[in-house]
Amino acid sequence: MGNFDRSMSLAGEPPKALNTGQKLAVVTGMIGLGILILQLFNLNLGNTALWLTVSIVAIFAGIIWFSQAAYANKHKGIKNDGVWFKSISSRGVLAWMAGIALTGFYIVLYFYPHYLGLVKDGDNTGLIALFDPLSKGLSGNPASQWFVYGTMYTVAILAFGAKFIWKYRHNKYEQLRTVSVMFFQTAFAFFIPELMARLNGDLPYYDLKNMWPLNYYNFERYRINGFIDSGSVGMTMLFFGIISIFVISPFLTYKYGKRWYCSWVCGCGGLAETAGDSFRQLSDKSKFAWKVERWVVHSVVVFVTVMTIAVIYSYLGNDSSKYWLTKTMFISGVAFILTAIFSWVMIYKREELAKDAKYGAIGYFTIIAVLIGMHFFSDSANIFIFKAETLRTTYSFLIGSIFSGVIGTGFYPILGNRVWCRFGCPMAAMLGFQQRMFSKFRITTNGGQCISCGNCSTYCEMGIDVRAYAQKGENIVRSSCVGCGICSAVCPRGVLKLENGPEKGRINSQDVLLGNDVDLMDLVNKK
Amino acid sequence: MDHIVIIGNGISGVTLARHIRKLSDKRITIISAESDYFFSRTALMYVYMGHMKFEHTQPYENWFWKKNRIDLVNGFVEKVETDAKKLLLKGGSSISYDKLIIATGSKPNKFGWPGQDLKGVQGLYSKQDLEMLEKNAPNKKVCNRAVIVGGGLIGIEMAEMLRSRQIPVTFLVRENSFWNGVLPAGESAMINEHILEHHIDLQLDTNLEKIISDENGRAKAVVTDKGETIECNVVGLTAGVAPNIDFLKDSGIELGRGVKVNRFLETNVKDIFAIGDCAEQHEGIGSRRPIEAVWYTGRMMGEALAQTICGNPREYNPGHWFNSAKFLDVEYQTYGWVFSERSKKDNEHHFHWRHATEKICITVAFDKDSHQFLGLNTFGIRMRHEIFDQWLTENKDIDHVMTYLKDANFDPEFFKLYEDEIITKYNADFNKNISAKKKSWKRIFSIA
Repeated sequence: MGNFDRSMSLAGEPPKALNTGQKLAVVTGMIGLGILILQLFNLNLGNTALWLTVSIVAIFAGIIWFSQAAYANKHKGIKNDGVWFKSISSRGVLAWMAGIALTGFYIVLYFYPHYLGLVKDGDNTGLIALFDPLSKGLSGNPASQWFVYGTMYTVAILAFGAKFIWKYRHNKYEQLRTVSVMFFQTAFAFFIPELMARLNGDLPYYDLKNMWPLNYYNFERYRINGFIDSGSVGMTMLFFGIISIFVISPFLTYKYGKRWYCSWVCGCGGLAETAGDSFRQLSDKSKFAWKVERWVVHSVVVFVTVMTIAVIYSYLGNDSSKYWLTKTMFISGVAFILTAIFSWVMIYKREELAKDAKYGAIGYFTIIAVLIGMHFFSDSANIFIFKAETLRTTYSFLIGSIFSGVIGTGFYPILGNRVWCRFGCPMAAMLGFQQRMFSKFRITTNGGQCISCGNCSTYCEMGIDVRAYAQKGENIVRSSCVGCGICSAVCPRGVLKLENGPEKGRINSQDVLLGNDVDLMDLVNKK
Repeated sequence: MDHIVIIGNGISGVTLARHIRKLSDKRITIISAESDYFFSRTALMYVYMGHMKFEHTQPYENWFWKKNRIDLVNGFVEKVETDAKKLLLKGGSSISYDKLIIATGSKPNKFGWPGQDLKGVQGLYSKQDLEMLEKNAPNKKVCNRAVIVGGGLIGIEMAEMLRSRQIPVTFLVRENSFWNGVLPAGESAMINEHILEHHIDLQLDTNLEKIISDENGRAKAVVTDKGETIECNVVGLTAGVAPNIDFLKDSGIELGRGVKVNRFLETNVKDIFAIGDCAEQHEGIGSRRPIEAVWYTGRMMGEALAQTICGNPREYNPGHWFNSAKFLDVEYQTYGWVFSERSKKDNEHHFHWRHATEKICITVAFDKDSHQFLGLNTFGIRMRHEIFDQWLTENKDIDHVMTYLKDANFDPEFFKLYEDEIITKYNADFNKNISAKKKSWKRIFSIA
């Protein structure tokens, strides 16, 4: 096989070259990006509002033009020609360069924002100063590194979203879901929080579509105080934050699977599906990777749960006039909820979990032991020997910054576009658990029509070996599936369909497939 | 312990091996000269087009075989000694067997055209063919034009492959409309249009006369029976396939076009079986051909034979016919039997609907007297296999199919639905007054 691959790259000059339109479009986009990079070096360009506009318009125009040149003159249909021949989408030199540049950007953004021009007391300089006019126009405040990042993030989702819609213009599902993530990013993550800051200075920044545990910081003391101090608006937001975890999200996940969030609403998912679309084929499909995924992502869930409980616990009870909830009430409440969920799953879904039940039990008892320990062996400042604050900063550094940003997005061109969602996101893991256990969602396999070609598995960004199920005539019910629908889109034989149907018979493993002798099927498929 | 030896690691042989392993502890060996590991033949085109790497066409990871104690041998069987129950491999080694299964698949047809063995002339079936195409037609500079001979499924796939590298393609089709020995006229006409849309030079009703060589023994042009000479660098021979059984001559195993087998997939020699493309039934089963060179039938034969070999004798007894393909951007599925005008019987009538502008159409075949539903071809609309299988089993009539057509739709969510339009045309064509029933999960899942 080694020989074969080599001959492909040496002898072949496959469909990887850019056409003239695409080349000009790249130049246009690069000019826009170039303006931003020049700003890093503090070149004083003068009219910042003008240059910011020029830069963003050029980036937009470049991406849209590129898409036009790539897709406008082609028939609608699957557009994966040359994906594995192009340097950028097959871990070539360009991919490594892009990966290193992105990773570097995230490191600077998280840990050295002053290189971007962030000035604590005084006027911003450099890149951040370029964004000051826009930030002042929206929230009234000067820009921060997060505002710069948020703006670029939104631009990326909108421009690459347009590209994605063009690419999948034969597929209404893909188009609608992309319009949805574009909307939620622009309105909920970008405009609304900025405008809220202008209206009510005490309210903490709140992207309403972000729920715990994705916004692991939501129940920290300063935020809770901020909500409480902002009166009924703040209390409503706090209430919304809590019912989204316990009511809204479970309900929607039951009805539609976790895709309602991961592929239709979420900002991380939004970037992955738009800017990251060219990298979806790079995810690792091996069974080994799946094992790693389950250990890592569930460890993050345990970590974030313990951390959040510890943080809330640490400030409760100190100020009974502010918080009616006492330490004891809180910790017993949490223990009760966890026990209820655990028992319910163990009683009703034990068989579906099979071997994984053991790991679930380990996770549950770890958390409960920690809770008990916390209550009896901690004083108000410390949780065991750690400060709750130390747990929080460790989580924030390891998971919030390194995992979700540096690795999750910086490594798009190397590891694929959903590395964070797959290996790191505790929200995805929790929704996934529910999707696996308690949801109507599945990807239906169409009888015996699978030809094992492998397009579905190759283009699954979550590294699910979709084919392994489809060729057995089995529906795909996997906790990691974000319901992007690409497996169904790239299937050349119409085998896969994302749908919400009755829970009964959602999983239907078959040894002998439809099309064969009816008696034989009966005989063999009876388990 | 029985030693089961399977020649060929395609879908039939591998399905058989997997099922034997599920049912027993027998020793299993698979021999192949084509590739070290099982891959999906139908996916080869996507490797050339850059959608996938070759490794992506392999459905099982490499550790799978050892874990399931399926021995893989990379070798070419030159001779079968049925008396000694022994295989002689190229290079001199030999392998003994207790039971032998021949699952060697097909090879591209060549009909004795002058020049058919020149360099640059090739079929598209094996991994080696793909590698050869990569050499013969890496880009449009090396290959200024390719001529494809034979208007079937492999021909149109090869055209799509070459077009993905912007290589000009001339497509010679013997029939006067693409694949109209199989497809009814309306569908065949739609695919003709689609081929032209993709800038493929479709020449219908045209045969290959000869291939002309340059001074180095490479193809440089073809001459058609219309007297036209077409310069080209690559000639794709895609006029169907034939069983790959040359090594069995003089083995004592009864051969026709393929390896002759009975319904238990047994050959005339005890303990030797044949499955997949290379097996030939003494008589076609139902409306099926004696040789079925289709992915799905290969798999089904593997499933059935595993039972027989593991002591639970089973005839190969396929259910309702189904198949699928993709013509450039248009997906095709078929359930039951829809015959073309050329081969259908008098009692088979068709209802045809085609979208006004899009490349979407369906044809429903039914018995003109009893109105029994016989089969459906669908282009650009995905349909549920289970539902049609059930309707065929229950001998539903065409009115029933039309009434419940919404249950059968398998297109992704939010796709535009055409059932109402289809039924309106049906009512108009046959002077009926059917109204479509709403899609019902209850009905769909009581079936599945």
